[in-house]
Amino acid sequence: MSHMSSNIIALKTIWIKECTRFLRIWVQTLVPPAITMTLYFIIFGSIVGERIGTMSGVSYMEFIVPGLIMMSVITNSYSNVASSFFSAKFQRNIEEMLVSPVPTVAIILGYVGGGMARAMIVAVIVTLVSFAFVDIQMAHFGYVVLTVVLTSTLFALGGLINGVFGKTFDDISIVPTFVLTPLTYLGGVFYSVSLLPEIWQKVSMANPILYMVNGFRYGFLGQSDVGIATAMTVLVGFNLVFFGLAYYLLEKGIGIRS
Amino acid sequence: MKALEINELRKVYRGGFEALKGINLTVDEGDFYALLGPNGAGKSTTIGIISSLVNKSSGSVKVFGYDLDTQLADLKRQIGLVPQEFNFNQFETVRQIVVNQAGYYGVPRKLAHERAEKYLSQLGLWDKRDEPARSLSGGMKRRLMIARALLHEPKLLILDEPTAGVDIELRRSMWDYLTKINNEGITIILTTHYLEEAEMLCRNIGIIDAGRIVENTSMKQLLAQLNTETFVLDLEEEHSRPEIAGFAHRWKDNNTLEVDVDKNAGLNKVFEQLSAAGVKVLSMRNKANRLEELFVSMVEKGRGKGSNNA
Repeated sequence: MSHMSSNIIALKTIWIKECTRFLRIWVQTLVPPAITMTLYFIIFGSIVGERIGTMSGVSYMEFIVPGLIMMSVITNSYSNVASSFFSAKFQRNIEEMLVSPVPTVAIILGYVGGGMARAMIVAVIVTLVSFAFVDIQMAHFGYVVLTVVLTSTLFALGGLINGVFGKTFDDISIVPTFVLTPLTYLGGVFYSVSLLPEIWQKVSMANPILYMVNGFRYGFLGQSDVGIATAMTVLVGFNLVFFGLAYYLLEKGIGIRS
Repeated sequence: MKALEINELRKVYRGGFEALKGINLTVDEGDFYALLGPNGAGKSTTIGIISSLVNKSSGSVKVFGYDLDTQLADLKRQIGLVPQEFNFNQFETVRQIVVNQAGYYGVPRKLAHERAEKYLSQLGLWDKRDEPARSLSGGMKRRLMIARALLHEPKLLILDEPTAGVDIELRRSMWDYLTKINNEGITIILTTHYLEEAEMLCRNIGIIDAGRIVENTSMKQLLAQLNTETFVLDLEEEHSRPEIAGFAHRWKDNNTLEVDVDKNAGLNKVFEQLSAAGVKVLSMRNKANRLEELFVSMVEKGRGKGSNNA
């Protein structure tokens, strides 16, 4: 058997293992985002949203739907890989892969693929939930898919890097709590950045999540606070950097080999 | 063909601890080789480097001719590793663990399932195939790690203290199994604290201490170096303590005598002298594992050499 087909089997094995993991614990992985997002839709969309009126020319509910889906994608892709990779380190079953001839790229793609799969399933669940509250159309379906793919890849890579560096379970909750959540909330999920004073608009442009939320919103509504080309460029750029970093860390064995 | 060739292997951990000080080791194809040494001697570091869990500082490692530095993927395919500590996902089932491991080595899923049945059955775990690993007993977990290491059918099986904490019955069944697969052609390298285990199973032996190989020889030659054996004699009470001429001996108490007997001297003279003194011998046993005594003397000799060199 050639090394290439052997590596593809290894990649598929990691991906299936990762998917089996989050499907086995679906009550912890797939149900919470559905409940949380339903609450967001009820409170911010229906109750508060009706008093807000329109945002960027659409109803507030329509405005927040893409952002909330994106928020689920970010959280789930990140936490899936971070917790899975860290627990593999913690239980030392990461060694099963390290002693085998699985190439580093297959390890990265297998874990990232698992994170993406969970993020996609959650995105579909949250989208279906949103249909109960608003009749939302997709202006550019291709951009919707592309943004979800690139965003889930990026945050799955981020989760992997976090898992590599993590030494305790606290270490893998610090980044989601202190970095991801603030950046997501300040990334234009609930408001248009055009409402902010000019200085804060400029500061917001340094937040990569703003580009993801707006790229996604463009796919749904056909409009956003930033240009779609800029949003895609930022996403691709971050993906390349994060992939390079993850590859370097795993090749060097940082955090996993002595 | 050499199953393993190690040349001038060194490992200095971060912080400066030198775990391996340039070891050289070769293991022939088909061998059953024991790597012995006290705790912290460098056994697990050596195994860690061979299986690429530990990065070496310098030196070279070849497994069936494949070089660790330039042919890592091919080298890894030759090796099955049974580590000292349980390192599988406790939440996965027995079958998932072994099938996934085969997948990492590129074994197609259908074939992996067939092999899972074969090896789990051989190791008495087939009935437990759908149980989560955490529900297995300690002995079953050890056997699971052996099955997992065999799923890609390696040519070299490395076991790092596989029978630690395993009861005697299970240990013996594992010995039988390892002997069987060795007879079928798999080269086995074993580290163990049970010297009796090494004596029973292995043809060749390396003794490592403080990062140096202090002995690398055949078990036969090693045992030939044993010149004396110590016997413990349980005696009937109520007697004097006669001197046993020509034998080093120690009275542990009034009815227990330890006698050192040269390999070729025989025990008759000891009994003659005891009988002449009117002492009745009730029973007799070996004081300790002969290999253990030799092992201690080798390590001590090695340390003496090491300090002379320093």
